[in-house]
Amino acid sequence: MRSPHVPELVCPAGTPAALRAAVDAGADSVYCGFCDETNARNFPGLNFTPAELGEGARYAHAGGAKVLVAINTFPRAGALGTWHRAIDEAARAGADAVILADIGLLAYARERHPDLRRHLSVQAAAANADAIRFYVEEFGVRRVVLPRVLTVNEIAAINKEVSCETEVFVFGGLCVMAEGRCSLSSYATGKSPNMNGVCSPASHVHYREEKGELVSRLGEFTIDRVPRHEPAPYPTLCKGCFSAGDYRGHVFEYPVSLDAAALVPQLLKAGVTAFKIEGRQRSRSYIRDVVTSFRRAVDAEVAGEPIPPGALQRLSEGQTTTAGAYRKTWR
Amino acid sequence: MTTVPTITLGPLLFNWTADQWSDFYARIADEAPIDRVCLGEVVCSKRLPFYINRLPDAIERLQRAGKQVILSSLALVTLKRERRMCMDLAASGDLEIEVNDLTMLSHLKRDQRFTVGPLINVYNEGTLAYLAQRGATRVCLPPELPLASVEMLSHEAIFYGIEPEIWAFGRVPLAISGRCYHARVHGLAKDNCRFVCGEDSDGLGVDTLDGEAFLAVNGVQTLSSTCCSLLENIDQLISAGVTSFRMSPHSGDMVAVARLFRRVLDREIEGREAGDALGTLLPGMVFSNGFLRGSHGAAFERA
Repeated sequence: MRSPHVPELVCPAGTPAALRAAVDAGADSVYCGFCDETNARNFPGLNFTPAELGEGARYAHAGGAKVLVAINTFPRAGALGTWHRAIDEAARAGADAVILADIGLLAYARERHPDLRRHLSVQAAAANADAIRFYVEEFGVRRVVLPRVLTVNEIAAINKEVSCETEVFVFGGLCVMAEGRCSLSSYATGKSPNMNGVCSPASHVHYREEKGELVSRLGEFTIDRVPRHEPAPYPTLCKGCFSAGDYRGHVFEYPVSLDAAALVPQLLKAGVTAFKIEGRQRSRSYIRDVVTSFRRAVDAEVAGEPIPPGALQRLSEGQTTTAGAYRKTWR
Repeated sequence: MTTVPTITLGPLLFNWTADQWSDFYARIADEAPIDRVCLGEVVCSKRLPFYINRLPDAIERLQRAGKQVILSSLALVTLKRERRMCMDLAASGDLEIEVNDLTMLSHLKRDQRFTVGPLINVYNEGTLAYLAQRGATRVCLPPELPLASVEMLSHEAIFYGIEPEIWAFGRVPLAISGRCYHARVHGLAKDNCRFVCGEDSDGLGVDTLDGEAFLAVNGVQTLSSTCCSLLENIDQLISAGVTSFRMSPHSGDMVAVARLFRRVLDREIEGREAGDALGTLLPGMVFSNGFLRGSHGAAFERA
């Protein structure tokens, strides 16, 4: 077992090439999913076949890294076989853990693959020590990916109470809602993260020009309007511009992404086991750069050296970032 | 098996004054053809102190009127105070508890019976089997499920002796967050929110920049702008095995809404006719039933 002071860097891979790039750049673990609705990044051209996962696991293990398989959507009634097979295939491919959210799947994995490590997906939204204890006791969960609704102090308090590891997101896309408990996307498009592994899917996005403005629509709803010469953010529903009462603007959240690099020292002190980078949909070169930078930042912190300045800034260039819920003022 | 379908009044999701709260439940007790009523705070733990001392009277009045009373748990539990609320609820006595976050299952005894609220992710028969074995008596299915899933899960539920319930009336709860949007749009912080959510008895409408009604915020919760109504789908739902219909409290005439549902369930009037009456009762209200039809949730198709 690693020393509690050295955090595990958990990195995304949407393709075998991205997996190799992440391992080469110093990822301790790589997480990925199968090419279907069993995972929450069910995007065209993304993810792994069982054979690719086997190959990827061999490559990762040779490089001293682990492979975690996200099977973190909620199975459709009557179609459990697809999700059960995904767990069986992950076990067969030599995965080091499966990341699950559905309690029925957790029960299945515990019963059929007792030796396969079970991590609780952020999609399960276990947001306090009692909920975490429930998953640990009932399903033998070894690690919980914490929902992005908690402050650093709350995370520290949780770690004092629970017997399993915790993992937190430190970089990349940011949900403002408790994940796994959001049907905003399906309300507008019929496709949801929980059921289909997609949010605000590109298939339902339309742009049109109107009076010098670019209007971005999701399904039948306008999500944003920007002057034609300005860059239009992707119309993710909760990052849209709306009006509510006298307020006009980003009711839920600005089009920001998460950057908690500056909080790495505090999160380490809070007892977090693993730092997770979001972005299985991102390119191989992005993965290489972001993993390299985070590796450097984490190693510097562990060695008691200052975190190299600007290492991560350029990765979110052109984007606004936030430390999100980790700071209490966000609420 | 023929069961008489029942009506559940879900927990009030909005921040009403204590007097409004008491008056509402008094009228429900005295006049509404509703079989069971869920009481308690689901959305924001800061609201409970305003009406907690009204609970005993409301419970007594509802029970005297022959209604089952269920106590609802909080949907998103992060603070110490909120964890304590859950723990106290589990130990509160003989009323059945509605679980709205799995935190509650860490407090309920193995043999303690409970109801599962619509915010719990019950998407499939594996999850249902687990909840059955833990003591679930009734499961209100997640509002985003299509009819095919509702049908499969209802049959499965009945097999386990669980009553399958559906979200049949009210703005649809779509998301919950650590952030309070009511405070945010008023330029306030959550910890110093001045309870501005109390200004909007059915939530604050969120419109698109093109003026389309879209969503509604209610503190940390986001709901649909439309009011889900499955009044015209009751025949389909009964055939699918659903035995309980949930209505979510709003500021309109809920007694009249409940009477319409009851009359359709008792086959006194057709769904279509009841739908017309509902439109008259709630003028200007936009209805939806898209989730049930496997379409986007905001869609509406009449019977």
